[in-house]
Order: sequence, then C-alpha cells, then structure tokens
Amino acid sequence: MANLTINGKTFTLDVEPDTPLLWAIRENAGLTGTKYGCGIAQCGACTVHIDGIASRSCGVSVSEAEGKKITTIEGLGSRDALHKVQEAWIAQDVPQCGYCQSGMIMAVAALLSEKPKPTDADIDEAITNICRCGTFQQVREAIHTIASA
Amino acid sequence: MNKHVSPKMNRRAFVIGSATLGAGLAIGLDIPFGGPAVVRAADGSPEIGAWVVVRPDDTVVIRIARSEMGQGSLTGLAQLVAEELECDWTKVTTEYPTPGQSVARKRVWGDFSTGGSRGIRSSQDYVRKGGATARVMLIQAAADAWKVPVSECTAANSVITHTPSGRTTTYGKVAEAAAKLTPPAEVKLKDPKDWKLIGKGVKRLDTVDKTNGAMIYGVDVKLPGMLNAAIKDCPVFGGKLKSFDDTKIAGMKGVKKVVKVGDTAVAVVADTWWHAKTALDALPIVWDEGDNAKVSSESIAKWLAEGLNNEQPAYVGNKNGDAKAAIASAAKRVEAVYSYPYQNHATMEPMNATALYTADKCEVWCGTQNGEAAFAAVLEASGLPADKCDVHKVMPGGGFGRRGQTDYVRQAVIIAKEMPGTPVKLIWSREEDMAHGRYHPITQCKMTGAFDADNNLVALHYRLSGQSILFSLRPEALQNGMDPAAFQGVAQSGEAAFGYSVPNLLVEHAMRNPHVPPGFWRGVNVNHNAIYMECFMDELAQAAGQDPLEFRRKLMGNHPKHLAVLNAVAEKIGWTTPAPKGVYRGIAQVMGYGSYVAGAAEISVTDGNKIKVHRIVASTDPGYVVNPAQVERQIAGSFVYGLSALFYGGCTVKGGKIEQTNFDTYNSMRINEMPKVESVMVPSGGFWGGVGEPTIGVAAPAVLNAYFAATGKRIRSVPLKDQNITFA
Repeated sequence: MANLTINGKTFTLDVEPDTPLLWAIRENAGLTGTKYGCGIAQCGACTVHIDGIASRSCGVSVSEAEGKKITTIEGLGSRDALHKVQEAWIAQDVPQCGYCQSGMIMAVAALLSEKPKPTDADIDEAITNICRCGTFQQVREAIHTIASA
Repeated sequence: MNKHVSPKMNRRAFVIGSATLGAGLAIGLDIPFGGPAVVRAADGSPEIGAWVVVRPDDTVVIRIARSEMGQGSLTGLAQLVAEELECDWTKVTTEYPTPGQSVARKRVWGDFSTGGSRGIRSSQDYVRKGGATARVMLIQAAADAWKVPVSECTAANSVITHTPSGRTTTYGKVAEAAAKLTPPAEVKLKDPKDWKLIGKGVKRLDTVDKTNGAMIYGVDVKLPGMLNAAIKDCPVFGGKLKSFDDTKIAGMKGVKKVVKVGDTAVAVVADTWWHAKTALDALPIVWDEGDNAKVSSESIAKWLAEGLNNEQPAYVGNKNGDAKAAIASAAKRVEAVYSYPYQNHATMEPMNATALYTADKCEVWCGTQNGEAAFAAVLEASGLPADKCDVHKVMPGGGFGRRGQTDYVRQAVIIAKEMPGTPVKLIWSREEDMAHGRYHPITQCKMTGAFDADNNLVALHYRLSGQSILFSLRPEALQNGMDPAAFQGVAQSGEAAFGYSVPNLLVEHAMRNPHVPPGFWRGVNVNHNAIYMECFMDELAQAAGQDPLEFRRKLMGNHPKHLAVLNAVAEKIGWTTPAPKGVYRGIAQVMGYGSYVAGAAEISVTDGNKIKVHRIVASTDPGYVVNPAQVERQIAGSFVYGLSALFYGGCTVKGGKIEQTNFDTYNSMRINEMPKVESVMVPSGGFWGGVGEPTIGVAAPAVLNAYFAATGKRIRSVPLKDQNITFA
C-alpha cells in the first residue's frame, strides 16, 4: 500500500514500494495521460512534476514519490482553464501522433516556471524528450510564443 | 466510431437495427413505407451516402477509413469531403467506420491501408465524390420541399438557398429527407481553381485531446475486468520456444496465467502490466534458437558484398543503352560502394493490442495502419467468421510503417483465446519492440560511373545487393522473382522515377534475404537509394570537376519536375552565393510516392567529426497541397526521422538477434540537434503525390554531401555514430 498525492488528490494504492511511479499512475491511479516509452528514463514520455520538478516517472519508485506533490498532464490545467503551454500547443498545432506530447508539455511547463523567457540554448538544455514524429520545430516556436506573450 | 470517446463507448457505436445484414453488423437500417433505405448512425442521425452523417444541429460527421497516426491525413481527408459538401467547417467532426462494418457493407469505404503515403492521394477521388454526392442529395431534398427546380438552389456553409426567392434552410433540417433519396449515379467534382478549403492550412481536428492526456491510444484502452499481458518472442528470428518453468513465478503477485503463444513466444497474464512484465522477466525460458543463431552483421555484410560482384545473378530494374560496354571503353571511371543498415521504426508507443474473445465473438482494440489487415489477423487467429469479428481502431502512438503489420494483433487474440470472456491487453516492452521490429531492409550498393574525354557522363551502373521487403511481406507482388519496389527512386518510370538521363544506364538488384524480417519503414527503399544515388552524383560531379548542382542540371533536361524542386531549393538556400564563413552546403533530389522532392543543407563541422546542421531547405511538388500547415510539419518531421536514421539508426545482428535493446543503444535526435527547416511548396497540379515519406530520402544525402564539402571526406555508410561522427 502506498499513499500518493496526485493532482491534489490522495490515492491509496495497492502497489509494492518498488513499483515505478509511472505504472502506479497509469494502472493503479488510472491516469493514462502519462505514457510509457522506454522504461529507462531515456525518452521522457512519462514526464510528470514531482514537487514542481520535471521527473521521468518510469525511473522513480512509488516509495520515493510518497509524501511528494505529483502533477500529471491531467492536473496541469483543466478543460475550462488550460495551462498556457496547452493553449500554445493547441494554437500552434504542435502534436502529430501526440504520444510524446504529455511528457513534452510537462517538461516545457517546468522549464517555463523556472525560466519564463528561455533562450534557444535554455530550450536545448532542458528539453531532451524524444519525439519520433519530429515536432521539435513547432515545440520551439510554441515555447517562444509563450515567452513573448 | 468516434475517435475521441473511450473504447468502451466505441463498441457498438452504430445502432444494431437490422438482422438482415448479419449479426456482426452494427448499422441501423430504416425502411419506411417501402422507400429507399436510410442508414443511421448511433445517435439516430441519417447517413447521406456512406461518407457523411448530418445531425439535426448541422454537425457534419465525416467518415475516415484511413488511419490517423500523426501525419494529419484525418484532417486532410475531411477537408476533401467538406470542400465538395459545401458544409460549415467549424461543425465538422470525424469518425472511423470499423473494418467489420466495411466488409459487411461490401467495402463501401474502400481501402483502409495507410502506408506508402497513400492516405490522401489514393482516396481523394472517391472521398470528394462522397462529399459531392451528399451535397447533391441535400440540395435536392430542399428543392423537393420547396417544390422548386433544383437548378435554382445553391449550397454554401451548410446553408441551402433558393436564389430567386431568397429562401434558405440548413443541412440539418433537410438531412432526413435527403437520406431517403437515391444517390446520384454521377457527380461532377469542382475544378481545383474553385477550391476554398483544399489548400488551406486549417487546424488539425484532433489536437485538444493530445494536450491534456485525454486521447486514448492502444496502451490506454480500459475494458471491464481486463487483464494485462507481457510477452517474449524468441529473440533469434526463426527460433522457437523450447520450454519455460512457470512454477518459478506461480506465487508472484497478480499473475493469472502463463500462455504459450504459437511456437515461438510466451506471455504472462496478470492483473497489471507491471506485474506481468516483472513475472515474465523472472520466468526461466529456454529457446530453441536454430541455425539463425550463427548469423551476425559481419556474415550478412559479407553475403551482401558478394552480391555486388557482376558475375552474381541480379534483377534488372532500369536499363537503357549498354552500360557495361560503355564503362569498359570509357575515358574515365569512378566507382564507390555504399551501405545501409537495419533500422527499427521505434514508434514512441510500443506495439500493443487488446482482445476480447468469447465463443461467438472476437473484438480487438488497437492502433493500426491497416484496419482491414488487422481484421484479417483477428479472423485467422480467432478462427471465427467475419461477421463475428471486428477491430476498433484507436490512435496509434506513431506508425511509420510498423503498424501496417499485424503480428501484435495476432498475439493478443491467441492470448485472449486462452481466457474466454476476459479482455486482455498485450503491451510489448520497449525491449521486445526493439527485438521484434520489421526492420528497414539492409543493402549495399556499388556504383560505377564513366566519362568520355570531355567529362560527359556516358554510363552509370547501379548495382544494389540486399534485402527485398516484398519477398518477405508480399511475395505475390514479386514480378518473376524481381522486387519492383527495390528500385524506388531509380526506376524507369512511375511514382518513384529516376530523375537523370544517362546514355547508358543499368540499374540492377542482387536479391539477398537474410533471416531478419524486413518491413516498410517510413520512406522505405527511397531512403537508401536516394543516399546512394545522390551522394554518388556528388562524387561524379567532383570527378568531372563540376559544381554538384550544375552537374545534375545537365542530366535533368528531360525531367522538368525533378529539376523544378531542385532549382527551388538551390534558389532558396542561395546556392550561387557564398555560405556564411565555416558553413558548407549539400544538395539532393529524388522522386518517391508520386511526389518530387529536393533538400539542401547548411552545416558546419568541428574537429572533423562534430556536425551542426544550421539550416535545411526542402522543396516538394506533390501535385496538390491539401493542407500546407500539415505538409510543412511532415517535411520538418521527415528531417527528424531521416537525420535520426543517418546519425543514430543502426540495428546490428549478433547470434542471430538484434543487439540494440532500447533508446540508450538506439538513439533518436532531440530538439538541440534539430535544424531549422524551411519548406518550399511548389505544387504543379494535375497529379496527386504523397507527402509523409518522400522527403526523408533527401535528408541524409543533403547532409552527407555538405559534410564532404566541409571536410573533403566521403561517408559511405550509415549510421554516422559508427564512424565516430556525432551532432555537435
């Protein structure tokens, strides 16, 4: 059993302490917006915020996440009040297949909360998610649009 | 049917209204007063022809048979229908008919296959006619109600107007009456000059749910009582499962069953996928690896190299004059050997499918590029007839050709068959996905060019050795043993025609098929053929002491469309003006999937092996551009796919199996490596070409040719990481 605080809600989940947070979020809490891509913290599809920091949830165990504030893509904004990254993503039609975009959006949201006006170099350093469709050009343009708003 | 609802709601999205068309058919038929049948969607709204449903509130539901997988054709296809329908674009939504429904209705929606950049170009004619048919029926219904000649009525933006009286009505109001009319036998399509929506970069229809976690992909499917499965197939292709000891994992948490899947694989079924995967990793498995365990990258390379020898048999794919004789008597000869490796599609979402099998029904939920092929796999694996099976397509997390195959669908059904009544979701681990791809075919190519005393290219011999995709996946498409697709980009004519005129030409393929299964990998055979040909063109230009662009132009007089895109990139990148200091340029062109494409790169190189790609200019002539915003994204994305393949993409074979296991050993480029891509669209009209794939072919040769310009070194094999060349 583990108690996890996800998107402001407490979940008591029947999971072993070494279960990766990713799978506890997806299978036990039932929030499937966070995606599995590699399981070894390489691709970033599973990125969530842990105490505000972008983290690859496949590489974090449930026991490490207990007592911390976890935010997933479902909790970043709401349908009525989208997060500015979600708004920009819609306005600029960023996603293609969209599978990596939950993680991409979470990584970008964390970057912007730390650096509201990131340079290209800041983006290059902070955003290391894989996108096989190749949305990088739109991702970069959307970040700059948000930053200049 | 509705792409945004959960798969649970997806089931039986059509009302079952009639037993006359078979129990598996979920379409409502309404035959009042003996008139023509009205076919109804789930909510009772009538179909106006097979492609369009109009709701009373004027919402227009457009049926899409091809699969959206990120390439944007769902939106483009809807634009094609809406253009002819003259409906209000802001009220358009889309839905997928299921393959089972289509088969039951005599394939009214045509081909579901979404590969070969065919999504739009192969369906544009009949989907536009579907839109036009519905428009004619809607206008007729209004004219009938008003008792006026139909010639006095027009439609725009879902509003029908009787011009003489100024009376108006809307599509939603006349839909019921329109649905009862007999569709016109023939409709006239608009002249392209009158298009209002086609050619406009309207927003995609499927973006919102991709930004908030709501989009349901195959891995996200949830069904009541569902279990999860993890699988391991024999890592040596062609090997078999010998034994496993399930007593070792019997007590592990959540484990429900261990299932032998065919002769080659074993799956663990558990309450959660994490439990299934953990138990599978702990399961002792013995494989019967067979003779293929002796195969390695080295043994494959040696076998392919032997095929480069002219004494070995080969299929001739393109020929004019007598290249061998012209080469023998030439004043100067140039020869080079290139190679291209196996590559994994590495879709972001690993393969997966959810199956529910009962004694009289089998349904599957999955991302697929070919709903009908998945449907056929369900029939075969379940042993049930077509009217008792169906496939519910959900959003795939990338396809790139991999999801045109149905191996994962078949596995899911075999597993579900062992647990009747319980839905089972099979998810491959990334490691399984890397080990069991359908890989970009492996090839080598020896090219020989010959010049006369005046440095004119008089002969070219292009000798390809290596794997045929069709031999493995579609043997019925071979022509007397020859794989015609092997010559994509260097073919005599057709949708992937060679763009140069050489007096003596010989293009041939020594087919050699190693045991590693090949597949259609975004761009397919264009990818390596474009690298070989376009890099060698640069070598020939160098040998002739000529500018690479000018050298090409002289050979392209009879290929004006190839030349036009090449000229477009040359102009945009400023080929005739000096590049910035320390920056070098390369150029390439190819034809594939019915489209003409060219690319030019500006790069700098530090320490001889660190490449920074500063700028890419890419041009395409696909005939018509349906949605320029999406075409632009396909072009930019093609450079991500193509340059990832060039720098990182190599799957090597050891002991008969693929050595790379995950993104740490099979990398993909990131945003910091992404150059700025400027696209130049030059649609010349009169034909329909694809856009999802052709541009990938020019990505690598443009950069490799720029690398030579920068360093004087020719790189003749992929990936660059194996030659210690990296992104800066």
